[in-house]
Amino acid sequence: MPEFIRFDRITKFYGPLCVVENLDLGIVKGEFVSLLGPSGSGKTTLLMMLAGFEQPTSGNILLEGTAINAVPTHKRDMGVVFQSYALFPHMSVGENVAFPLQMRGVGKAEIEKRVARALDMVQLSALAERRPSQLSGGQQQRVALSRALVFEPRVVLMDEPLGALDKQLREQMQLDIRDLHRRLGLTIVFVTHDQSEALTMSDRVAVFNKGKIEQIGTPRQVYDEPATRFVAEFIGETNLVEGVVEAVEGAEANVRLTSGAQIVSAVSGTVAPGQTVYLSIRPERVDLTEIRGDARNCLETEVTDSVYQGDHLRVQLQNAAYPLIAKLGRRSREFPPGTKVYAAFSAGDCRVIAP
Amino acid sequence: MPMKITKFAFASLTILFLVAPLIAILPLAFTSSVILTYPIPSWSLRWFEELFFADAWRRAIVNSLIIGTGTTLLATVLGTAAALGLRNRLIFFRGTIRTLFLLPMVVPAVVLGVGMQVLLAGFGLTNSYAGVIIAHTVVAVPFVVVSVTGALAGIDERVELAAQSLGASPTTVFRRVTLPLAMPGVASGAVLAFATSLDEVVLTLFVAGPNQRTLARQMFSSIRENISPAIAAAAFLFIAATIIIALVVVLSRSMLAKRR
Ligand SMILES: Nc1ncnc2c1ncn2[C@@H]1O[C@H](COP(=O)(O)OP(=O)(O)O)[C@@H](O)[C@H]1O
Ligand SMILES: [Mg+2]
Repeated sequence: MPEFIRFDRITKFYGPLCVVENLDLGIVKGEFVSLLGPSGSGKTTLLMMLAGFEQPTSGNILLEGTAINAVPTHKRDMGVVFQSYALFPHMSVGENVAFPLQMRGVGKAEIEKRVARALDMVQLSALAERRPSQLSGGQQQRVALSRALVFEPRVVLMDEPLGALDKQLREQMQLDIRDLHRRLGLTIVFVTHDQSEALTMSDRVAVFNKGKIEQIGTPRQVYDEPATRFVAEFIGETNLVEGVVEAVEGAEANVRLTSGAQIVSAVSGTVAPGQTVYLSIRPERVDLTEIRGDARNCLETEVTDSVYQGDHLRVQLQNAAYPLIAKLGRRSREFPPGTKVYAAFSAGDCRVIAP
Repeated sequence: MPMKITKFAFASLTILFLVAPLIAILPLAFTSSVILTYPIPSWSLRWFEELFFADAWRRAIVNSLIIGTGTTLLATVLGTAAALGLRNRLIFFRGTIRTLFLLPMVVPAVVLGVGMQVLLAGFGLTNSYAGVIIAHTVVAVPFVVVSVTGALAGIDERVELAAQSLGASPTTVFRRVTLPLAMPGVASGAVLAFATSLDEVVLTLFVAGPNQRTLARQMFSSIRENISPAIAAAAFLFIAATIIIALVVVLSRSMLAKRR
């Protein structure tokens, strides 16, 4: 598929502070891409440059192959949704949604029809006459969404749009937005610092750290095959264990841990024998057995603590040299502290990460 | 309990202290006597008649209205423009410039008066309406700047960004979003500017000629020449105007609050 949006070596400085550094990113039409990263990693800045509110210090932003750096915001035809809703307080809900259509010189009857349809889409038809201040946070955000979609923009940009909502409402809105994305075939760039939100909603996730993209891939890729230590730790929980590569065979590597144990692990990048690396092992992939089974990797450990958390059992283990965490399904038996067990996992459930 | 009574008594005394001059002067507006003293022999509206039909008083009222209106227009336009300009984050010494705009509030009026007199004479504007309006505008602008700045500060910048992204050019954003949201501040600034002009005596003494005697100026001179109760009637007019103005300000403020 041809690229729809391209960030071409974008750099942004605020004074001496480099906020986005030589960043490349391509987005195809109809795609839902999340920019995920900790606060201050430059996600909003990148989005603001795409919307035209900020200018890159260097580099180009291309839309359908043409640079849009010089195009002012109001001619970019992008719908923006902010965390703070940013509704016009002096206009009714209906007038808010009509605004972008008025800007485009759409006829009165047509505006009425499209506003009604856009409000219907977010189940707010009954509230068209209200002022934004008379609505709840969730309702205001749905108005903002409907206002950003009513003019059928080329791209929809969202900057932590659900950040101010409580958990239950947020999860509902995540599903609603994902549904709208599929139904209307929207291209969406979505900023969030919430990893589960990014995994839930996106086709692809770009993981940001200090103004750079550490990894971009499908939710499954960034979770199961983290490319860097930062990604492994930022998305979900993981066990990180240090070791030295002994041998590499195809997509697998033999790694010797400081405790002396040998681990066979999948490799995604390039590593060379003798290199010091980290192994990332997701806690829910670790199995606990009393006898040494036939799993490729098996570490002798002792249970130090075990906490029942409703949907899973969280077990803390101590190996000779490092602590490990295992999350076991709720049907698992109890593992009281002091129990000697083997922590078993396959080579595919373990990733080599160059430090 | 005694604490409560003390508080109440203290508050009452303070209010009495503040309104005592009003209580002293206002009833005299309705006296039938020819001198400005108590006791009041009988009630009458003759001094209001005097106010509206005696030439000197009538001209003073008209002058006040002309100068007040001129000052309001000029000060509101300048003050609003200044407040809008001071929003720009790229302006150097923004804080210093803002303080400069507020300076006329604290500079002694006599100092301004002397300066104005010299300056306006240089332009040949003494003894003219334009001169008085300019002088009044200098002291009225700070009120507009403060009031409009307050209203602008309450506008979420992202609302204006959102308008841009929805297809509004910068001028359209100003017309459809910024100005309507700042309007209550502009309105109360305008009202305060009018009130300032109405009340201003010191600068007027320095720059106005005999043809620009305002109501306040006329009261000031007539209380020295002949102590006629027409002064009390004029004071009554002032109070009435002030109350109306205060009501307008309060209403526009509450309108602003309701929108948020
Ligand atoms: N207008 C600005 N002026 C100066 N620094 C800014 C400005 N906007 C953002 N920054 C800085 O840029 C960095 C990245 O900010 P931002 O893009 O908002 O991060 P994120 O959205 O990932 O939390 C932060 O350190 C922030 O302080
Ligand atoms: Mg942000």
